[in-house]
Amino acid sequence: MESAFEFFYTNKDAIFIIVLSVFLGIEVISNVPSVLHTPLMSGANAISGVILIGGIILVGHADVSHISINLILGILAVLFGTLNVVGGFVVTDRMLEMFKKKK
Amino acid sequence: MNDLVTNLGVSYGDVVLELSYLLAAVFFVVGLKFQSHPETARKGNLWAAAGMFLAMITTLFLHNDTDGSGIALSNGVIIVLSIAVASVVGAVIARKIKMTAMPELVSFFNATGGGASALVALIEFSNPNNSSILVTLLGLVIGSVAFSGSLIAYGKLDGKVGDIFAKWTTWLNLFLLGVIIAVIIFILVGNVPSESQKLLVYGLLAISLIYGVMFVMPIGGADMPVVISLLNSFTGIAAAMGGFIYNNQAMILGGILVGAAGTILTILMCKAMNRSLFNVIIGAFGGGGAAVSHDQGTIKEISLSDASILLSYSQKVVIVPGYGLAVAQAQHICHELDTLLEEKGVEVKYAIHPVAGRMPGHMNVLLAEADVPYEKLIEMDDINPSLPNTDVVVVIGANDVVNPAAHDDPSSPIYGMPIINAHEAKNIIVMKRGMGKGYAGIENFLFFNDKTRMLFGHAKESLQKLVAEIKTL
Repeated sequence: MESAFEFFYTNKDAIFIIVLSVFLGIEVISNVPSVLHTPLMSGANAISGVILIGGIILVGHADVSHISINLILGILAVLFGTLNVVGGFVVTDRMLEMFKKKK
Repeated sequence: MNDLVTNLGVSYGDVVLELSYLLAAVFFVVGLKFQSHPETARKGNLWAAAGMFLAMITTLFLHNDTDGSGIALSNGVIIVLSIAVASVVGAVIARKIKMTAMPELVSFFNATGGGASALVALIEFSNPNNSSILVTLLGLVIGSVAFSGSLIAYGKLDGKVGDIFAKWTTWLNLFLLGVIIAVIIFILVGNVPSESQKLLVYGLLAISLIYGVMFVMPIGGADMPVVISLLNSFTGIAAAMGGFIYNNQAMILGGILVGAAGTILTILMCKAMNRSLFNVIIGAFGGGGAAVSHDQGTIKEISLSDASILLSYSQKVVIVPGYGLAVAQAQHICHELDTLLEEKGVEVKYAIHPVAGRMPGHMNVLLAEADVPYEKLIEMDDINPSLPNTDVVVVIGANDVVNPAAHDDPSSPIYGMPIINAHEAKNIIVMKRGMGKGYAGIENFLFFNDKTRMLFGHAKESLQKLVAEIKTL
């Protein structure tokens, strides 16, 4: 119990953001027409590539004087994260491009 | 100003960095909000992308480690090169892929995101400065499940991986989940020496990957979009765990936003199919209750020339496209048919079921790709009232979404699912490859209806022949 209290108190800012973001996410998405489900899923998927920031921080402060397993895994994380972000946004844009009104 | 900053023990760079994260978070929220309306959707995607780009750039230039050192040039070069390579690969794949393969692609990109989160968590576990071990372990588990699960989903959609379903898969999954929780608790409170802790973490990684595979394995066909959406929200949560490790609010907000939105989207999709999330995950569909015998009546076929005459001399025609049309890639020839009929003065509309195609909204994307005007695509609830006045409904490669059993057969597994009321139209033409059953594995009594005529054959070829036939009239 003690450690749970400690965990909450030391991380209270992050926990506040998490709880409020849950409501925000639900609020933002409700009432979306089913037409947009696929592009929205794809667009949200691209945002989840935000872990790329973590990858950049990791590799940014890694020891690059010699090749270590952590360095390789970190670079892999950056590669994966970028694929998620760039691929996700581009493919979403491609889908949504088709929804524009044709005159 | 200068004093304030020195008093806080931070540099201007730190302040600017945090400001940029705040801005990125706002961009994510506004972008996602815009993406839930058809007119602003594209702009919303660009907003979110801009937020991401901003956060990437400022992190690269301004992020300082706890000891105050920035990102060294050599590290920066490695990062920029990696990003450049992956950007090109990602953009090329995203541009080149066929629109019908969209679900696989979303699944693939989701796998990479989950994988990245798992890797970050794995590395950070051995960082002695990391105080949030529980969160790190959660990020590792959720990220790996999203990674391997999405890869299996990708394989299934691509037809490379088959379904495995048996009673034991449910039990195995529960067992694996139990082991994962037990290992996490053991690492947290077990007081294990750091060397064996490392082994435990690798074990946890392995079990999580296996769990991801086994979680998706029993789930089949039309349920895949729901699973992808669910795995998508997992990836978001895993990314938020990463944000927790770095105390990075933009990552937390972005990740949780996707987690919550993905969960809601998953539930919306389940509702459109009249399925509960629980049923999708357990994979219990069909089976009992489907064997009700009706007085079936007889199947009546229609010749190409009769079909073309019927269509050409109608006033109102409604096309109901389905999975079969998407698989046959018949959307372009379908559009040709509708323009041909419009030239003859026939009013043609498309009735879109919420789960038509391979993913919700996928049919709209496919038809839009074939240049069918957006205004012609009518959603189920809007078109149903006009169907009794419709001369011909043409069902192309759709089955369960027009099955009247959803209305009048309480024993049917799809009873209660909203459908397009094709059976209310004056005439119905069903284009189908054979008498095979739909995804739900049940008989469709629409096919035996007195007003129904069947046109058997591959959707694309049948449509081509039909178009050629109408041209000769």
